[in-house]
Amino acid sequence: MTNHWRDIQHADLILVNGANPAEAHPVGFRWMMRAQRERGAKMIHTDPRFTRTSAVADMHVRIRVGTDVAYFGGLINYVLSNNLYHQEYVEWATNAGFVVSPDYAFDNGMFNGFDEETGAYDTTAWAYETDADGIAKVDIDHPRSVLNLMRQHYSRYTPEMVERITGIPRDQFLEVAKLVGQMGTPDKVMTIVYAVGLTHHTTGVQLIRSGAVLQLLLGNMGRPGGGMNAERGHANIQGNTDHAISWEILPGYLRIPAPGQRDLVDYVDESAPKRSRPNAYNYFGDGYRRFMVSLLKTWYGDTATKDNEYAFNYIPKPAENSSWISIYDSALKGNMEGVMLSGMTATSIGPDSNQVLQALSNLKWLCVMDPFATTSSEFWRAPGMNPSDVQTEVFVLPATHWIEKDGSFVNSGRWSQWKDQVIQPEGEAMHDHWILAELFSRVRALYEKQGGKFPDPIRNLTMDYADPVKPSLDELAQEINGRDLTTGKRLESFGDLLDDGTTTAGDWIYTGHYPESGNLTKRRDGVQDPEKNDPTGMGFYSNWAWSWPVNRRVLYNRASADPQGRPWDPERPGIVWDADQGLWVGDVPDYPDDEPPGPDATLPFIMTGEGTGRIFSNGVADGPFPEHYEPVESPVDNPLHPDVSATPAAYRYDEQAGRPNRFGTSDEFPYVATSYRLTEHEHYVTQNVEKLTQLQPEAFVEVPADLAVEKGIETGDHVRVSSKRGKLEVRAVVTKRLGALEIDGKKVYQIGIPIHWGFVGINTGQHWLANALTPFVGDASSRTPEFKAFLVNIEKM
Amino acid sequence: MEEISRRRFLGVGAAGTGVVGASVLGFDTARAAEVSQVLRIEGASVARSVCPYCAVGCSLLAYTKQTDGDHVELLQIEGDPDSPVNEGTLCPKGASSLELAMSRRRVPSPLYREPGADEWQQVSWDFALDRLAANIKASRDRTFVAQDADGNVVNRCEGIAFAGGAAFSSEEGYFATKVMRGMGLVYLEQQARV
Repeated sequence: MTNHWRDIQHADLILVNGANPAEAHPVGFRWMMRAQRERGAKMIHTDPRFTRTSAVADMHVRIRVGTDVAYFGGLINYVLSNNLYHQEYVEWATNAGFVVSPDYAFDNGMFNGFDEETGAYDTTAWAYETDADGIAKVDIDHPRSVLNLMRQHYSRYTPEMVERITGIPRDQFLEVAKLVGQMGTPDKVMTIVYAVGLTHHTTGVQLIRSGAVLQLLLGNMGRPGGGMNAERGHANIQGNTDHAISWEILPGYLRIPAPGQRDLVDYVDESAPKRSRPNAYNYFGDGYRRFMVSLLKTWYGDTATKDNEYAFNYIPKPAENSSWISIYDSALKGNMEGVMLSGMTATSIGPDSNQVLQALSNLKWLCVMDPFATTSSEFWRAPGMNPSDVQTEVFVLPATHWIEKDGSFVNSGRWSQWKDQVIQPEGEAMHDHWILAELFSRVRALYEKQGGKFPDPIRNLTMDYADPVKPSLDELAQEINGRDLTTGKRLESFGDLLDDGTTTAGDWIYTGHYPESGNLTKRRDGVQDPEKNDPTGMGFYSNWAWSWPVNRRVLYNRASADPQGRPWDPERPGIVWDADQGLWVGDVPDYPDDEPPGPDATLPFIMTGEGTGRIFSNGVADGPFPEHYEPVESPVDNPLHPDVSATPAAYRYDEQAGRPNRFGTSDEFPYVATSYRLTEHEHYVTQNVEKLTQLQPEAFVEVPADLAVEKGIETGDHVRVSSKRGKLEVRAVVTKRLGALEIDGKKVYQIGIPIHWGFVGINTGQHWLANALTPFVGDASSRTPEFKAFLVNIEKM
Repeated sequence: MEEISRRRFLGVGAAGTGVVGASVLGFDTARAAEVSQVLRIEGASVARSVCPYCAVGCSLLAYTKQTDGDHVELLQIEGDPDSPVNEGTLCPKGASSLELAMSRRRVPSPLYREPGADEWQQVSWDFALDRLAANIKASRDRTFVAQDADGNVVNRCEGIAFAGGAAFSSEEGYFATKVMRGMGLVYLEQQARV
């Protein structure tokens, strides 16, 4: 989230897309309801299903899954063509005035720079027109200004086109557009709330970007009550993304080095944002080397010296995408030997569970670290598998629960909240990090004894803990924070990090969470005393836990005030320039705290090279402006450009690997399906919780009432739902919550599939895996799988 | 951990249950709930936790009591009324998180399945860790690429993947990243994408 849960109460309009917070994030949803109740805010739930969120919303807009770019694109077009955007904000705080290089082109669904052979775009082809120093030309009236190119791009997204693509009747769409169009004035603010209903698509990154572009146009980024707010689905996805359990990054969103980068100069040159306006701060770009050197010093201690580029070559450089689907793709190709899974079950998560089962069978070894048996630890005896055919060696290591260890969880709003160890580990269970420390220590001993391939990084990795096989989470929190190696003191801010090897920081964005005064994530000054703990009344509660970076509660908050430093809306200030003190006050400023506003002042978005928010961006793999593409399996051709229906840049793993096609067509699989979660379950772990399995005991699918009539299906009937890849045989729930849509003249039904069941759990009869249906294809930028829009057939059994 | 005092608890309890009042049962359920809860957590310590499920980040109060010897019994989990996020409220999952904590379905010890076998064997931690360490080293040595075809120094292990950690404490997650990158892994993933 750019903002945080409590902040949503400040919104005037709440767009909920690809999410069902009333059921999936019920306690977070209270802040949306509070905005409705206390501000009179309107909530629009745009979703294929009518859910409990829709029941509370002021409007439910039924949309075909995976078409939100067309919806947001239509809103962008409405706002632009009616001049409803926040002009002062847009000209000051976005790149709308930047002039784009004459090479840029978009024609019939294709941007410039596509390489047919690799199936990928050269993103550097989407550039600004710059001078020799890389400074961009700015002229908002130029025919190739971002604003004018954007007008041209989205002019195709008329209400009629939105209706043809999304199925939203144009009158209803215009009703939404009218409300959204009122949000571009300083006294109004809108938030967009989303979840995996936007991310889990081959176009997921652009679905989110299209919302962000709309928010920039309306001047809503950086403001309390505004922003783009992702609801994370698990307790600590946020913290573990920040700390980079993710192939493409190192802690604090530093990029993983790429082959060909010989040293830190190459690395920073190719990774760090570059200043493209004279008064852009470019804080991230400027700090990149300091953050990286401090990380290398943390990991490699005395071995990391100026002479060896701080052990830069110890960091592995991936050849290619190495994300979730790629792991199983590599196993299918016979290249992956061993997989360690902790608290994640590949078999259930999928996509294409049957293909994942094959991938796991190809491994030499699999290690599952978990408190419970999972569909991965038991994969070798899954229904349909013959154990004697599975030559994979499998280990289960019993791990502890959250409540058996301390440490912090970081919520969707970036609040890092420390928790106590409440009880002792059950039985023989061991903490995950102690398991890893034990494994590492044994691997290190083997290299010491036997030698082996490039043992240096293993030999020299710092393990300066009181007990190297039992590091405490407090020790690790201090290591993450970092120190001044000269004084030995923990640092207060990442501003103090240096690139000369005299500072450490395991994750620079967390520097300052554990200064010499103590661990700030333990703070609990909350609503027991609002006057004292929330002096601005804005709900920042800055002494409750700690949020990254530097305890800032709303990202980009310089843009919450106008160029003169006055809040756009004095009723809802983020930060305010206090001329008497010569300081910004309110939230922790996302800006130099004592730099006065003025015509030549530093631009508001200090982390980007532009100094502004990016409406046009080459940071994505499939186009500088979001464009609607059909899901890879779709019942219709793209009405915008039927010849380029799905995105050419989605990564089709099977095709790339030379395996047979596993995509279906609407002749055989005429219905659109989407997967989702229920309130009573969390992914798969809650199959071990009795109360919850009593509340939602059995797998089912939701079938639209009209389709059920056509098919003779009644609630409680057993049905078979099949895709090109697999099937489910479960009971049907016939419902009007799912209705038919009219898509480009064709009647389209959507079927709903909760994901929570498998062949492991209290109710052992439930062996069908929802993700047996989902396709093995990834988003062009993120390689996120398409869990949300695919084709199936349904039959009564 | 903080020792729960009767006065402090009653303060919290009144805020939590005060809205119930006299009910259809003909007596004051709030009062009844209060009395029974006081008995349940009397002499208990209270610790602070955070819900293990979704990422709203609801604060929890966890009540425990020391029983025989070192054993600490978990008595109750409820929402923390001080939290600016949840203000004491919880959803059905959070409200039943005690059951997750106390589940009888836990894996009792390390388990090992030989290639082709149709049963688990219970094994010692030493057996499992030594064997896994040997597997990691062997796979790393077999699949390690020091220089790629273009002569670039890449120092990567291509044959091992690590995925996990949506329920890791952040510091554990950081440690996982450090150790896995230290061993040269490039296939590294967690729940964010899926």
